Formats: sequence, structure tokens, C-alpha cells
Amino acid sequence: MTVEDLKGIFKVAVEGEDLTREVTGIFCCDLLSVAMGKAPSDSAWVTVMGNVNTIAVATLADVACVILAEGAQPDDMCRSRARQQGVTVLATEEPIFEAALKVHKLLHG
Amino acid sequence: MADVIALTYEISPDDFTRAGEASSDVKSKLKQVGVSPAAIRKVAIAMYEGEINMVIHAEGGKITVEISPTEIRMILADRGPGIPDIEQAMQAGWSTAPDEVRSLGFGAGMGLPNMKKYTDEMNIETTLGVGTTITMVVKI
Repeated sequence: MTVEDLKGIFKVAVEGEDLTREVTGIFCCDLLSVAMGKAPSDSAWVTVMGNVNTIAVATLADVACVILAEGAQPDDMCRSRARQQGVTVLATEEPIFEAALKVHKLLHG
Repeated sequence: MADVIALTYEISPDDFTRAGEASSDVKSKLKQVGVSPAAIRKVAIAMYEGEINMVIHAEGGKITVEISPTEIRMILADRGPGIPDIEQAMQAGWSTAPDEVRSLGFGAGMGLPNMKKYTDEMNIETTLGVGTTITMVVKI
């Protein structure tokens, strides 16, 4: 499954540079230090934190994309950093668990 | 030692919008010189945590990164308050970060533990009222 496939089920807040990037897992957490240490590379990271530091963590932990749940929106600085770093940010009104479950179903059927 | 690349970064205090820029720059430089993705990830995580700590707790500081064919050495020197109890600070979950920092998603007390976990060597030198210097090494 690729980031492109997730565009069908979530809104696109920022389109990153590589939509063909493979998504191999899911990670849920709002604490950035925990996400930093534990989010697997190439995972879809589901969180409600839409600030500029979310993008720094996404880049450094090398996740495939960020999914903002619970109606969270990236703030302006988050958007511009995401564009600059080529990180795809998706958004949904659904809670974190439901958003992650949707990705899980796509990933594992 | 001719083939050691040294990079230095000034870290500004209280500027969360720029936190992570130094780590990102090191990450892309390591990619250019062909360091493995696993080692790059370790360096990126450890350095970002250190960078955030300098922004939250210290009056900024300086990071020096030395890249040799066998290891990456990060030296983070700040002009902060110093760490009164290193053992306590190293415990996962212990944090003295203020509420506004927590609302940004930091302050989980994972910074120093993550830095230790993702590096092969870590040494903390701290003097109360003067500052802290943390040296971390990732073998490549």
C-alpha cells in the first residue's frame, strides 16, 4: 500500500513529494518524544498534534506520512514546513483509533 | 584524522519553530556521504532530542558533529542551569518541562532516555549554573 492509496480515505492537507512511498505499518501517539523514539520508518503516523514539530519528528523518524485525527488541522507553520520537507499530511474527523483501523484494513485486508 | 568532517550549529533558546533544523541538516549530510539508514535514524533521533532539550531547558548552545569513517560523534554544549540529579533525569517519564512545552507534545520525560537508547556511548558533564555538555557516539 502506498501513501497515494490513503488519499482515497482521508482529506489531503499537504501533498508531499513522494506519493508512491510504501506504507508498511501504523503508529499512534501524540507525545512527540515517544513518537520520535518508537514510530517505525515507513509507518503512517496518526496523531492530533498539528504543529511544526510534528513535521520535524515525521522527517527525522522517517515515517511515510502523518494522519491528523479528531479534526485536527495543521497550523500555518506546520503546513509550510511539511511542503518544504516533502511530508504528506492527511486529515480526518475520525478519532485516532478509527483512523488507524482504516489504515490497518487497507494494509491487512 | 584528515577524513573527519566537522559540522557546527548554534541553537537558539525558546525557538521551537527552528528546533530540528540542525538534526535535519545532519541527516541529509549523512545521507550524502553514504551512512546506513539505520545509523542515520539513530543520530537523527538522539540529536533532535538533544536539540529540543537545549531549546526547552537551556539558553541555547552549540552542537558540534564529527563524522569519521567509523563513528559519528555529537557534542552538545549548552549554557543552561545544569542537571541537579542526572540519575533522576535519565528516568523515563521524569520531566521538568513547563506546561506550554507539554502542550506542544514535548515534556514526556523521554529525551535523555531516547538519547541513551539510540547511541552507543553517551556522557553527561554538568555544572549547576554553568551548563551541560553531552557527548554521544553512534558507531557506523
